[in-house]
Amino acid sequence: MNLTSSSSSATSTNQPSQDIEKFHGSSLELQNLTMAYGDVEVLRNVSLNVAPGTTTCIIGPSGSGKSTLLRGVNRLHEPKSGDVLLAGESALKVKPDILRARIGMVFQHFNLFPDHTALENVALALWSVKGMSKSEARERARRRLAEVGLAERADHRPRDLSGGQQQRVAIARALAMEPEVMLFDEATSALDPELVKGVLNLMAGLGGRGMTMLVVTHEMGFARKVADQVVFMDEGEVVEIGTPTELFDNPRSERLQRFLSEVL
Amino acid sequence: MDWLNTISRTFFDFDAMVEVLPQLLGVGLLNTLIISIAATILGVVMGMVVAVMGISRSKWLRIPARIYTDLFRGLPAILTILLIGQGFARLSQSVFGPSPYPLGIIALSLIASAYIGEIFRAGIQSIDKGQGEACRALGMSYSKSMALVVVPQGIRRVLPALVNQFIAIVKDSSLVYFLGLLVSERELFRVGQDAAVLSGNLSPLVMAGIFYLIITVPLTHLVNYFDNKFRTGRRRPTAPTSGLKELKELDAASPLITGSNT
Repeated sequence: MNLTSSSSSATSTNQPSQDIEKFHGSSLELQNLTMAYGDVEVLRNVSLNVAPGTTTCIIGPSGSGKSTLLRGVNRLHEPKSGDVLLAGESALKVKPDILRARIGMVFQHFNLFPDHTALENVALALWSVKGMSKSEARERARRRLAEVGLAERADHRPRDLSGGQQQRVAIARALAMEPEVMLFDEATSALDPELVKGVLNLMAGLGGRGMTMLVVTHEMGFARKVADQVVFMDEGEVVEIGTPTELFDNPRSERLQRFLSEVL
Repeated sequence: MDWLNTISRTFFDFDAMVEVLPQLLGVGLLNTLIISIAATILGVVMGMVVAVMGISRSKWLRIPARIYTDLFRGLPAILTILLIGQGFARLSQSVFGPSPYPLGIIALSLIASAYIGEIFRAGIQSIDKGQGEACRALGMSYSKSMALVVVPQGIRRVLPALVNQFIAIVKDSSLVYFLGLLVSERELFRVGQDAAVLSGNLSPLVMAGIFYLIITVPLTHLVNYFDNKFRTGRRRPTAPTSGLKELKELDAASPLITGSNT
């Protein structure tokens, strides 16, 4: 199921004449990924296929290894064994810095740079990693902020923004790097309830524009509506994988049934 | 009231105080400030190197930094100053000339850098790990993320501690007189002491003490001011805004961007 971004019901001022900028998401494949903290294996033999431009939601109880899985994809934590293929090529064979510039990540606690304005947060990696000139970087940062509805808050520091605004800055910061894949690590878990939907809508919009997304979430409604594929994990393993309908309406494993009965 | 008289003549001999004033101002204060500020600048630079080495993942950087810190923090300042000042006098003569003044500054800065290194290290390590992770997730290298994001935040956090360290250096600068200074190189303490010998009472030293206090007390209050400012933040109190306002802001964003999840 693909959400087209022009079907927004937010406002009636649709502008079909304006080009919708499409993303070019890459495919992502995990092959027998095993990750460990010291001697403790927290992820065992996880295999997963994410087609280009699709959204995969990962659900599961705490301690199931969801976040660890995301951190393995961009190698914030090095996998113990197995492989990650980004656009068909092994992510473990390129330099981590190069790899991470191709993969955007959004964190639960935003992790914005507190002494930078929203604009500088977005522009920083553009000039320091992508080597753009500072004025070019600021120009692009301004556009990205406008896209997430924060044009007027470009000069605010994170502490002067709400959680929802901060998370949108974080999304703009990741998007500005023109990533091929976006990782969301419980991006709405720290938000006030009324601000959750705005961020989820934004994420859904990215999926609709062709971004490949791997989303760890506790928002079952989002997973059901937006995901092309849902993965249920528990104790470091993939327990069930399938379409939202298959998992939410027809859970086969006892563990998923238990989980869903608790969260729905 | 004989004892009161004695006290007043020993510590507060007005004539002696006035007499030493020009020298304290023109020579003593100037040299104390030159020595302290130069030692602080060198100490901050070296301290930053020690701090970055100290948090390195390589033990070949970490262990030397540790030893350096333990050494210069663990020795009495006077001992370090004498060892450096006299031990390297020959070498110093060929570089700086006969004055021990530069060696005194270097010895002070070695001591200072050990403390400042620890201050910086604590500051940098107190920054949330998520900051470095966010940098690396954007493709920044370890050194770039340190230089552009983590270290500047760490420095800001330890500014009060740095001012305290400067106060300690100002006081320690009095120890440089042990190396034997030229008349024009004397700092506050030495000027006061020399004058005390001439006047036969301690009033010039009291005057020198007043000068130290003039430097250090305002700085102590500056620290408190900093501390307050950083704790309560630069924030002006603003009226709370309803989260619902933010929803309008999102609606106003380009409808082409947000998908519908409603």
